[in-house]
Amino acid sequence: MCLLLGKNITCGYDTVDILSECTVGVKKGEIASIVGPNGAGKSTAMKSIFGLLKIRLGKIFLDNEDITNLLPQERVLKGMGYVPQTNNIFPTLSVQENLEMGAFIQHEDFSDILAYVYDLFPVLKEKRNQQAGELSGGQRQQVAVGRALMTKPKVLMLDEPSAGVSPIVMESLFQKIIEIAQQGTAVLMVEQNAKQALEISDLGFVLNQGKNLYTDTGKALLSNKEVKKAFLGG
Amino acid sequence: MEFLNSFILITNYIIIPGLTYGSQLALGALGITIVYTVLRFSNFAHGEFMSFGTMSTILLTWVFIDSNIKFGTFPTAIIVLPFSIIFTIIYCLLVDKFVFKFYRQQKSKSVIVLIVSIGVMFFTGGLIRFIIGPGDKNFMDGERFILKAKDFKMLTGLDEGLTIKSTQGVTIILTILLVILLFWFLNKTKTGKSMRAYSDNQELALLSGINPERIVLITWIITGTLACVAGTLYGLDKSYKPFTYLHLVLPIFAAAIVGGVGNPIGAIIGGFVISFSELLITFAYKKFFFYILPDNFLPDGLLQILSTDYKIAVSFIMLVLVLLIKPTGIYKGKIIE
Amino acid sequence: MQDKQHIILLFLSMFILIAFVGFFQSWNLALTIFNLCIISSIMSLGINIQWGNAGIVNFGIMGFAALGGLANIIISMPPTAKVWDAGAIFILIGIIIFILSISFSILVWLKSGLSKKKKYIINFFLIILGYFFMRYIIDSPIKAIEAIEPAKTGYLGGLDLPIIISWPIGGLLAALIAYVIGKISLGLRSDYLAIATLGISEIIIYILKNEDWLSRGVKNVNGLPRPVPYEIDLQSEPWVLELTKLFNIPVSEISSIIVKLSYSCIFLLILIGILLLLEIAQKSPWGRMMRAIRDNEVSANAMGKDIKTRHLQVFVIGSAIIGIAGAMLTTLDGQFTPVTYQPLRFTFLIWIMVIIGGSGNNFGSIIGGFLIWFFWVQSEPLGLWFISQITAHISGTNIIKSHLLENAAHIRLMFMGMILLITLRFAPKGLIPEVKR
Repeated sequence: MCLLLGKNITCGYDTVDILSECTVGVKKGEIASIVGPNGAGKSTAMKSIFGLLKIRLGKIFLDNEDITNLLPQERVLKGMGYVPQTNNIFPTLSVQENLEMGAFIQHEDFSDILAYVYDLFPVLKEKRNQQAGELSGGQRQQVAVGRALMTKPKVLMLDEPSAGVSPIVMESLFQKIIEIAQQGTAVLMVEQNAKQALEISDLGFVLNQGKNLYTDTGKALLSNKEVKKAFLGG
Repeated sequence: MEFLNSFILITNYIIIPGLTYGSQLALGALGITIVYTVLRFSNFAHGEFMSFGTMSTILLTWVFIDSNIKFGTFPTAIIVLPFSIIFTIIYCLLVDKFVFKFYRQQKSKSVIVLIVSIGVMFFTGGLIRFIIGPGDKNFMDGERFILKAKDFKMLTGLDEGLTIKSTQGVTIILTILLVILLFWFLNKTKTGKSMRAYSDNQELALLSGINPERIVLITWIITGTLACVAGTLYGLDKSYKPFTYLHLVLPIFAAAIVGGVGNPIGAIIGGFVISFSELLITFAYKKFFFYILPDNFLPDGLLQILSTDYKIAVSFIMLVLVLLIKPTGIYKGKIIE
Repeated sequence: MQDKQHIILLFLSMFILIAFVGFFQSWNLALTIFNLCIISSIMSLGINIQWGNAGIVNFGIMGFAALGGLANIIISMPPTAKVWDAGAIFILIGIIIFILSISFSILVWLKSGLSKKKKYIINFFLIILGYFFMRYIIDSPIKAIEAIEPAKTGYLGGLDLPIIISWPIGGLLAALIAYVIGKISLGLRSDYLAIATLGISEIIIYILKNEDWLSRGVKNVNGLPRPVPYEIDLQSEPWVLELTKLFNIPVSEISSIIVKLSYSCIFLLILIGILLLLEIAQKSPWGRMMRAIRDNEVSANAMGKDIKTRHLQVFVIGSAIIGIAGAMLTTLDGQFTPVTYQPLRFTFLIWIMVIIGGSGNNFGSIIGGFLIWFFWVQSEPLGLWFISQITAHISGTNIIKSHLLENAAHIRLMFMGMILLITLRFAPKGLIPEVKR
């Protein structure tokens, strides 16, 4: 049973459908990746699940509850965390203030989550008083992920977390994602680097032209010859 | 002794007036900067908002004086300031509700909103002249001087006198208090931080559950406060004439841009850069050199870089220079497309 | 066809409005308004070509108009005697030296491979040195010139040529300055450009106000020559006396009407000429390209269009038109008074005309110029009438009533603001919207 499930989503911009009858989801404590070629509708799937894009058909469930008609902010309160692909930090705010803004809608004390985020990303603790905009690309991604973690989400959605960072940084970022999942937070992400993403994923969705092409465990997809040939570069 | 005299001369004619005028410009520039970063347009009506605030202060001052409410030698205008601030805020909020809100919701280009702000400028300017008239108003009462030149000379035995007007003292102290308060608010309170977050990245702020309407409300509260105080202090120090406030908007823009638009610290620095360059460039240095140079080295002429008539033009020259050489200003500001 | 009817209807109503003034107030006033309407329209056309076609925000109208006014002095005033003895040539030399030092510093800034710090230092000294050298050369001749009969002249004077020449020269002068301004500031974002042009125009006014040797400063230059006959000469003409009898109005009035009518004719010709040229330009490939750039700068850039040059062209052309209008205005006034140049009246009011008429449409700008100038002039009496109506029942000595009546004239500012805000909100395309070509 999926913790977060987007079922048979059809949506798009204006009259053009980008997704048609697409289903993606993630189970508790697991990592799921959405991969596929450019223009397959991966980011659109993320946006529609988080409510940034109105969907025409289909339903979205969180913990078996229908959340199709909720605003993004309300979804945050229900336990979803979202990291956009770009512009995902407040550049002139300090690192700590960025994290505080993540917890903005919560009225309770968040010092324990802050400690958890700093534990997860020690470098952020070191640079807590620096402006987030001055950090390196990888550190900025950490700020962005950390900000989304501040509401203790049940599920964390990452839109291309490795965009614009070096392979080494990506490696360590993925390590952190595994850690986050191990702590019980489900992770649903979109990735351009399909191979590396599927390696750490429990479940993978291969999209093409807005449709589910393959859905299987990460390992199975990695060994699937057709997937390999078409999307993983041989 | 001669050195001390020259120092007092500079203090009297440049440092104290520069700090005063710089404070007034800084408060004005802060208002422009905050509207620019949060609401994303250049507000040409800001000078008229300052004028509106000053008008409120003047009207209230008259009411207080008429009802014989006095506070010793303290200027009445400062006592009524909290009330006139409220009036100014209400006016700003009304303007926002009936004018600016629409364009915010339409996500209009910032240049369109700039032209809209010119409409607001016309309307407000007319309203003010209609209510209080176009004439010169002096509303300073109470003790005029903190330090008089004569007393200073007696006290120190120097040739040069030092004068500190009460308005100058009040301006500098009030500015320091207000700036401290503003920075405390922006950096230490949750609301202040959310305001900065909103100006940094609107989309992400919305995702984080920050309520934009609340941010807009607070922005106008701050802007109204700054405008009212800046206007009142300027009017107390010089005198109030609606016409001058229309022209004040350009030096204030100059201050905001020179410092780096979108950066509150920049706005303050910019205010002082403008005020001091105005004074330094139009000051006649003859007397200064008279003190520090031997007699036979003293050149003729006033030793003035530009004549005093160009005082305000200096701020425009600074503005143009900064725009051409370093459009981001001294402190790198935010560029909003 | 609908569009044409719409335009004709608007212009017709405008003329009826002005005719009303003629019938109910006076024909003299109606013609005064009409002439200034034409000048306002020409200025609006200048802004419209910049804003409507290229999206350039020029808040420097006041400065360009004043430069046109300056051309009046330089071209048509008689030269002041003995200025050459006083060393006028040194002023010229001094200014050239200063311009050279600035040009050289720009050259250093752009072309030399020095480090930024060195550039700052070199430029700083270049400009400071150039400035003080200029001051050293020009200070005493300026003093000498300003001392020549200060009550009457005290300035360089002009070339004593027919004043009508000063109109194109005013346009040229404005174009020249616009070229320099555009060259250095057109790369700025639109609101910075707005502030920069406003600042530069203020600087121009400050110079004209304070450099007495050039423009007599606040002492004004009076008695500019005219392209039309003087009233006093007309009054002795037999055909004028004939007309006086015919219409049964005093000779002083009819002569003044004739003078104003002649101005109207010349101005109308110029307005129509500029309008025709602009319409041709807009329909040409050049105009299409301008609008393509305005609507999508990124893709136009990608297509290899040289945006900066195009913007510069349009900025120079528009400013030149304003310069011409400025020169005409000063001629009509018969005097050059730097203190009257106010951004509210010259810059922002013209912007209201353009927006209300319809950005991007030349006919719109003209009707905007007419309508707004008409109401700018007429809303003062209108406001007074309005206030006296609503305060009619209050007794004569009431302090509020007298205060309201005293300040009623300022209603027009509120009125203008309201018109602008209402147009922007409910009819952002203006009275005559841009034609989609």
